[in-house]
Amino acid sequence: MNIHEYQAKKLFQHYAIPTPQGCVASSALDAQNIAQTLTNESWVVKAQIHAGGRGKVGGVKLAKTPNDVFNFTNELLGKRLITKQTNAHGLPIESVLIEKTYPIKRELYLSLLVERSSERLVFVASSAGGMDIESIAHQLPEEIITVTVHPATGLQPSHCRKIGYALKLERAQQKQLDVILHGMMNLFLEKDASQIEINPLIETQTGELIALDAKINFDDNALALHDDILALRDTNQEEAKEHEAEQFGLNYIALDGNIGCMVNGAGLAMATMDLVKLKGGLPANFLDVGGGTNAEKVCEAFKLILADGNVKAVLVNIFGGIVKCDIIAQGILAAMAQIDVHVPVVVRLEGTNANEGRALLSNTPFTLYAAHDLNDAAQQVVSLAKGIA
Amino acid sequence: MSILVDKNTKVICQGFTGKQGSFHSQQALDYGTRLVGGVTPERGGQTHLGLPVFNTVNEAIKQTGATASVIYVPPFFAADAILEALEAGIELIVCITEGIPTLHMLRVKAAMQGTKSLLIGANCPGIITPDECKIGIMPASIHQAGSVGIVSRSGTLTYESVHQTTQQGLGQSTCVGIGGDPIHGMNFIDVLSRFEADPQTKGIVMVGEIGGSDEEAAADYIKAHVTKPVVAYIAGQTAPAGKRMGHAGAIVTAGKGTAESKMNALKIAGVEVVSALTDIGVAMQRCF
Repeated sequence: MNIHEYQAKKLFQHYAIPTPQGCVASSALDAQNIAQTLTNESWVVKAQIHAGGRGKVGGVKLAKTPNDVFNFTNELLGKRLITKQTNAHGLPIESVLIEKTYPIKRELYLSLLVERSSERLVFVASSAGGMDIESIAHQLPEEIITVTVHPATGLQPSHCRKIGYALKLERAQQKQLDVILHGMMNLFLEKDASQIEINPLIETQTGELIALDAKINFDDNALALHDDILALRDTNQEEAKEHEAEQFGLNYIALDGNIGCMVNGAGLAMATMDLVKLKGGLPANFLDVGGGTNAEKVCEAFKLILADGNVKAVLVNIFGGIVKCDIIAQGILAAMAQIDVHVPVVVRLEGTNANEGRALLSNTPFTLYAAHDLNDAAQQVVSLAKGIA
Repeated sequence: MSILVDKNTKVICQGFTGKQGSFHSQQALDYGTRLVGGVTPERGGQTHLGLPVFNTVNEAIKQTGATASVIYVPPFFAADAILEALEAGIELIVCITEGIPTLHMLRVKAAMQGTKSLLIGANCPGIITPDECKIGIMPASIHQAGSVGIVSRSGTLTYESVHQTTQQGLGQSTCVGIGGDPIHGMNFIDVLSRFEADPQTKGIVMVGEIGGSDEEAAADYIKAHVTKPVVAYIAGQTAPAGKRMGHAGAIVTAGKGTAESKMNALKIAGVEVVSALTDIGVAMQRCF
């Protein structure tokens, strides 16, 4: 799960990681008032959306007067911001973060994440902050260091020193860095984060270290352990349909094609999309109805798929294990009776009770195409979507 | 021969009396698995499915001589269950549970270092040696004893591979679902090395998916150590970057972990890589 920058910075403050003085606002007037209380010569107005790359598309603005803050906030609120990390529709700006500006001497990079290959928590640090880590890795790989922390020992002073040297800090700044690193580690462990990124971590002209930006992702598997983190969720920043699907225990991701896919199992759902593409079609979605599925879930899955106006044909691909094919067939029939299914539906059933399921689907008033096997199913649905079957 | 489990493997079940534990234990018994008891705290001394229930894994091992344990406990208690099995010194731990927090698994894996126990999963269908021993949630009917070793990160894709190799008349020696989580137990290499050493296994099907670099590591291993034919399929060739595709571990980040990179690495290692899921069985047949 993602959270907003202003929420991440509040968590940072709780863990003693220094952040710029500032406050979130959801109206221009509030924004102006905040600027007036934060006595300074200039302020930054930052659009709060769940995506990076805001600066390049006008989502971060420098204001010279509280009146500028008012005007910039007015411009941003209610708009959708499209960055290289969002889709073509962008994300809605419903709040802005108003912060004091600081005289910057250097921009650094610092993050903490789970490294899959070593199965450890790893700090990634670079003295070349301000650009994304992929660009640093590409352009200045020698400027990146990683420090691996063993779960039995936790963060040690030598880890902190190593990062301090890599960031080319003065001796007096090491103490500041120690606080930041311990704050990141404690936050990560206590709240089950999956990534914490500070980019840039700035060194001010007076030598202070401040987290100018903040990005935290949390492990979805652990959210139920943390009510405080779950309360930070902003579903307006998520795809409405993905969120709706989740309410029914379905895993749905919208794509750009015209062939709706309904599959059991995440692996098989991905493989089905791949097969559709290989046969010359384009999948409209990823949809895993899950292991413990039932007729109601199948019905909801159908509604979700057909709510996408681009869908020209639907492929149902089920390999019954615990899921019984006849139950799936009942769900398909119930869905077709409830909603107007205006596109052809190709069904492939295999595994537990496949024969019973196929029998149910052969005696219906609906237009269903039963496939012999998965290859046949993919071929048929691609032809039907092109209108050439 | 087979790998890891056979008709003599004595198995206990943790979370034995729960809904999942009960259902799949009955299925295992029907299949002929030597399930010898189960563990549910505070239920020790009772009988369930005609088998003894114990309070602790230690007690269960002492009384039954089991060498394998299968875990069906809810996600927030699963790490504790794995650690209990580990401390009791059990040889093979199979954790089916989906949704275990990553940091829990990170600690479990650190605790496993230097021990002799093996972990399969979590978030996996389990392991089966057809006609001998079924530990997990896979449908029994599709399997057939034979010569293909199958290893996969995905449950349903394991079933597809089993189905296709059965249809081709090849059958399976052992099938191992290693699970879809970012931090998990046995990896491809751990299983591939055992298939290479197993005389019954004549060919290997390896099913990977986007995310991480286990497949790339497996490719290097195959090139250096595997002489048997390997057919590989990688799911997620059309997956958009940055989206988690159902499995917690199935995500392409910053151009890393793509299907393309994995398929290329495997091709270079001499593996028969199929682009279509439906070609696994025929490709394996061609190798025989």
